[in-house]
Amino acid sequence: MPVDQAVLAEHPGPDSTLTGRFKRGLTAPICLTWELTYACNLQCVHCLSSSGRRDPRELSTAECQAVIDELERMQVFYVNIGGGEPTLRPDFWDLLDYSVAHHVGVKFSTNGVRLDRRAARRLAGTDYVDVQISLDGATADVNDAVRGTGSFAMARRAMQALTEAGFGEFKISIVVTRHNVSQLDEFKQIADACGARLRVTRLRPSGRGADSWAELHPTAAQQRLLYDWLSARPDVLTGDSFFHLSALGAPLPGLNLCGAGRVVCLIDPVGDVYACPFVLHEQFRAGNVREPGGFTRLWRESALLLRLREPAAAGACASCGQFDACQGGCMAAKFFTGLPLDGPDPECVLGHGERALAQVCLPDRPRAAPGHSRSSREPVFLGQIAARAAT
Amino acid sequence: MAFDLQRAYRLNPAVAVRPEPFGALVYHFGNRRLSFLKSPRLVAVVRLLDRHDSAADALDAAGVPAGQRARYAAALAELAGSEVIDAR
Repeated sequence: MPVDQAVLAEHPGPDSTLTGRFKRGLTAPICLTWELTYACNLQCVHCLSSSGRRDPRELSTAECQAVIDELERMQVFYVNIGGGEPTLRPDFWDLLDYSVAHHVGVKFSTNGVRLDRRAARRLAGTDYVDVQISLDGATADVNDAVRGTGSFAMARRAMQALTEAGFGEFKISIVVTRHNVSQLDEFKQIADACGARLRVTRLRPSGRGADSWAELHPTAAQQRLLYDWLSARPDVLTGDSFFHLSALGAPLPGLNLCGAGRVVCLIDPVGDVYACPFVLHEQFRAGNVREPGGFTRLWRESALLLRLREPAAAGACASCGQFDACQGGCMAAKFFTGLPLDGPDPECVLGHGERALAQVCLPDRPRAAPGHSRSSREPVFLGQIAARAAT
Repeated sequence: MAFDLQRAYRLNPAVAVRPEPFGALVYHFGNRRLSFLKSPRLVAVVRLLDRHDSAADALDAAGVPAGQRARYAAALAELAGSEVIDAR
């Protein structure tokens, strides 16, 4: 769960742990992801939201502003904006300014397509904005195999623009795969060289990732390597996404719990609210912000979210001595690989997931919500054209 | 950094406090750090700092028992360290 900048201060209070309180939910999310558009210039093979084409039902500018007003009232201090490629929305920069002016800080993820020098200078002059550039390979060949031809060069150009504009510490965000896990040190060098902070997160079998996960997810040996690498580098952000690795030894920094519906939530481009950014599926849809009561009512009263805040049964993991460490892992990873939610994570470090996966009948696996992928199966690259149009 | 209970403090103007069942969540818009106040009484102490001439007075006003003052002082020291509160 991405609480990147959480300071878990040990304050006096009744004996129940902070994690225990988080499990029962908060008055508003801590980590709210808001995908502004399904439109994307790239077609990454692991895209969580199967983005590509803009959805005609996308929230209008006025509706987005109403959501921001609501977040301000709920005291959601910052929002993680993504997509799709959020900067493709013509009103993106206006919404960013609107949000900041309404005391909702913004961290947005981008592939860099619209992040030219002018945009970088503008961002450098705005408080409460954080930028996260997505990169899935430390070299063009590894990156572009997942994100599409030319996407490495595009991301590097955006990083350079931010560095030259004096933006300060932006983030470089990596999804760890079987093919880039050996490049962790190189990623760190890239980040250090441009004054950026490295963030690595877990590959989920969500969206188009359902089709690429089997080939891309790190092997058991690579998970061990990743755990050791992260343990030695507490300054690398993880969005709390590797808590399933905590069964390998000391827990990694973070809350180490599934935050879905408890502290985490997702608003998608058409206003649908899901329990977390990795479960865009009807079964985890709480409702839509356009309904009476808006997001506030859904967060506080949705039957789905209330159910997720109840204590989870350990199920098949109950007899495992490591359950307290890994909490059974990631709900979305289990769901989209067809595993029971009260069983082991597909990447369980003790190998229980692998054995469970062998029993899953593939056609029975749930599918992601209707995708917005373009029809082409190959990654399509439109960035060059878009980048030129933006300058 | 030693925390001086006899000094006057205030809630940093860049900090927002969101009440929660366990206490409160505090967010510093400047350094973007999120902290958790793990008891309603600590929230009361933090809110009372502005109105008292010393942190010690704020502890008294919030009804912090003598036996718990050291723990509350440690919590305030930590909040001062993350710029949630500062000396005035």
